[in-house]
Amino acid sequence: MKTQKLLLTFLKDSVDKPIVYHLVKDFDLITNIYRARITAEEKGSLILDITGSEENIDKGIAFIKEQGVTVDDAQKSFRWDEAVCTSCGNCLTHCPVNALHIQDTATMKVIFDSELCIDCLGCIDNCPYGACQSIFQE
Amino acid sequence: MKTYTEINEKIASKKAVVLTAAEIIDYVDKKGLEKAAKEVDVVTTATFGPMCSSGCFINFGHSTPKIRITEAWIDDVLAYSGIAAVDLFMGATQLRHNDPANLDYPGEFRFGGGHVIEKLIAGKELQLFALSYGTDEYPRREIRTTFTIHDLNQAIMVNPRNCYQNYNVAVNRSNRPLYTYMGMLKPNMGNVSYSSAGQLSPLLNDPLYKTIGIGTSVWLAGARGHVYAEGTQHTSDVLRSINGVPEEGAGTLALTGDMKEMDAEFIRGVSLKGYGVSMAVGVGIPIPVLNEEILKYTTIRDRDIKAQIIDYSYDYPNKTGKTLGSVTYEALKSGKISLMGKERETSSMSSYEKALKIANLLKGEIEDGTFLLTEPFKKLPVNQKMKSLFVKDGRS
Ligand code: SF4
Ligand code: SF4
Repeated sequence: MKTQKLLLTFLKDSVDKPIVYHLVKDFDLITNIYRARITAEEKGSLILDITGSEENIDKGIAFIKEQGVTVDDAQKSFRWDEAVCTSCGNCLTHCPVNALHIQDTATMKVIFDSELCIDCLGCIDNCPYGACQSIFQE
Repeated sequence: MKTYTEINEKIASKKAVVLTAAEIIDYVDKKGLEKAAKEVDVVTTATFGPMCSSGCFINFGHSTPKIRITEAWIDDVLAYSGIAAVDLFMGATQLRHNDPANLDYPGEFRFGGGHVIEKLIAGKELQLFALSYGTDEYPRREIRTTFTIHDLNQAIMVNPRNCYQNYNVAVNRSNRPLYTYMGMLKPNMGNVSYSSAGQLSPLLNDPLYKTIGIGTSVWLAGARGHVYAEGTQHTSDVLRSINGVPEEGAGTLALTGDMKEMDAEFIRGVSLKGYGVSMAVGVGIPIPVLNEEILKYTTIRDRDIKAQIIDYSYDYPNKTGKTLGSVTYEALKSGKISLMGKERETSSMSSYEKALKIANLLKGEIEDGTFLLTEPFKKLPVNQKMKSLFVKDGRS
């Protein structure tokens, strides 16, 4: 058994397909949805964990791709734009896991560790410069 | 003892010894004040952070037929037009037309005057929409066009209050989140927000305004700007500690510079949830090492600079004057301070990293002989108090 986190992006024609249902029923996968959003243009995004045998996970992912849904390797919706970031540090107390953190007190440069990020999006509203973004943003 | 002229001669011949306000600390520790004062010519200071009291004057040149603009919007942000025909003033905190502000609390404030100014400096295209009542010599009543900074005759930044000498440290003692210009303050003092470049900050390195005054050349977002007046709310009669360094707001500078020479990395539109829009400004100021006393001021370090902790849920809005104590920038920069018996996480509105970058850029320009110093022609007031607005009741 293993668990994998996936970020799925649905385009207009696949948005109404019951993909999660098939993952459970046809591939015996346990799913845990973190966040989902469908925009007015009928573009959808979904972040979920799937748990099951390695074989079934691979089959499940192949099935998702067959439906015309993009599977993102980054596994997260959160994007941090280093070029836009000013290292002001205002996000720091709003990141619960220190994914955004100070490199060292001599430079006070703010850096982002994608491994640590839990995609909570707590930083987005607290970045005055728009360096923190997510497809789940309103 | 050195004079401005001597230092400028060394700069012009590319022989000036320049250190940043961060580097000078260890240097003086090692060499001693006397020796260092002979060797070092200039110390560079800098700051980068939101400075609401900022804006710019722009001139469009005349269309055919001519218009005398009486109302104007740039990218839907209102510009002040109560001046000459095609001169406008764009203020940093002006909201975009139809921004719901805090009607949907807390508002997002995604775009405003600061963003317009950033776009201008970045050379991007903006839209002008302007109206007029029409006159005999300015018959046009309406104009809609696009432009970039290159189409303008002048684009001059004018910031009535920049470089606050020191600043409050904000906390929130209430039990609901507060949305302020110091960022979102979590309830029950869940976070601590500060805003100063500390040991790099210009007026903390010249606490009694011995070299920074009216006429001083400054590095304003990459342009050669200058101090044109004391900043608004300049208050020099304040609580001071080591070397005369203030523990609270204190002195400010009014700056101006040519936006056509600026770099958009150092002028940035700011969106503060629940508060509004603003603009972050990057400033560097050189301090000439005229004598040992002036050098000594520049060796101030974060652990010796204190700031007052203020409760933004009650004491700040109600102007009670109460503080919850003071804290050093060294502690603030460590990421955690202890306050009222508990560890609390700190964050900043001002970027030390960008300030350090600016201090080094300015250092490079002085070493290359391209940035000369100017002696101020008027000192900043040293014993000035801040007035309050007394609200009179009734009508007269
Ligand atoms: S999304 Fe959450 S975990 Fe990731 S960087 Fe932002 S605040 Fe930190
Ligand atoms: S709040 Fe935004 S600009 Fe400031 S350090 Fe965090 S990511 Fe960078």
